[in-house]
Amino acid sequence: MTRMPVVFAALLLSTALPTTGHSATNIPSLDEAAGRYAVTPSSDIDFAIDQIGGGGIRGKFGTFSGTFDLKPGDLAHSMVNFTLKPASVSTGQGRIDAFLRSAAVFDAADYNVISFKSDRVVQTGPETARVSGILTAKGRSNPESFDVKLANWNGKAIGFDVTGKILRSHYAMDVGEPIYSNVVQFNMMIEGRRA
Amino acid sequence: MSRQSASAYDPLTILLHWLIAAIILGQIVLGFVMTRPSIDPALQFSLFQWHKSFGMLVLVLAALRLLHSLIRVRVAPAPGASRLEYMAARFVHAALLALALVVPFAGWMIASVSPLNIPTFAFNLVVVPDLPFAKSDFAEDVWTTVHTVLAYTMLALVLLHSGAALYHHYRRHDGVLQRMLRLRRSPAETPVTEVPTKEL
Repeated sequence: MTRMPVVFAALLLSTALPTTGHSATNIPSLDEAAGRYAVTPSSDIDFAIDQIGGGGIRGKFGTFSGTFDLKPGDLAHSMVNFTLKPASVSTGQGRIDAFLRSAAVFDAADYNVISFKSDRVVQTGPETARVSGILTAKGRSNPESFDVKLANWNGKAIGFDVTGKILRSHYAMDVGEPIYSNVVQFNMMIEGRRA
Repeated sequence: MSRQSASAYDPLTILLHWLIAAIILGQIVLGFVMTRPSIDPALQFSLFQWHKSFGMLVLVLAALRLLHSLIRVRVAPAPGASRLEYMAARFVHAALLALALVVPFAGWMIASVSPLNIPTFAFNLVVVPDLPFAKSDFAEDVWTTVHTVLAYTMLALVLLHSGAALYHHYRRHDGVLQRMLRLRRSPAETPVTEVPTKEL
């Protein structure tokens, strides 16, 4: 359950723009979307972990913050910084939440923040990009990547659908394997407002 | 008894008896340890899964024992035992076998009705499906109580059963314990009435 940030907004922009405005999304022009954004509380940080036999655990993080700089003409230097509070995890089951916060998983008492800092953004399509960076959770840091897709843009706010798979074993959170998958699937909607 | 009595237990009965006994005792210890409030959560999760795995194994072994007990030749009553003693022994043996089935079943019910919805993946080899009952905290609490009370009831019967076996061995010297231990070289040919020999 590591979470990541994401925001790669930048990417899209750059990409999207130069190409065409064919999608339903109102693709911003480079100049128009360039700038610094703050992640809004209305963003969704959802995750899912499959379990043996079908189904699994689905949850979300309620407390997070982040910023990203979009440099449409220089996508590679667009930056994303994101942090979330693992204690804000919510699965709809109090006992599972308590377990996730415990030393068995997040150890939220000793590591109260999970962070992601991008170091590279690569455009992968007209409206998509891949943001790579370092994810730090429970005292472990590993390179991770997220796929970002431009979802909306209205001149002030920009939204991205962000997905990524994280191996919890890399963060000393592999309790419960193999009943629960090692893979944590993140499905996030990151919205940014001009800072 | 309509069936002819045997003077010794067959190997499968003896094997199942001790295998089930060992697992049940281990399960009671495990069940106690894993439910201590101060236990490390990751260790607790792991112990619960082992407990569920061995519980399913006991259920299978006890079912096998039940089926086998229905077809095997019954062993003769302990020599010198009164009818009351014989009936008491029969009752305790039946209760132990019933609990060896019901206690793991109640445990399976806990896993099945718990809203935590944690799969039972026995020994990380076999996914045991949940029994088809509605999940709720209430149902989980009820079955947890049933499971716990019956498990400790079984422990009490195990102690009674063990005490009786030791009584037969040390006071009655009637070979009742040996016939389940199979210490004689040729149990089938050795009358249970024979006084235990030193070689034991």
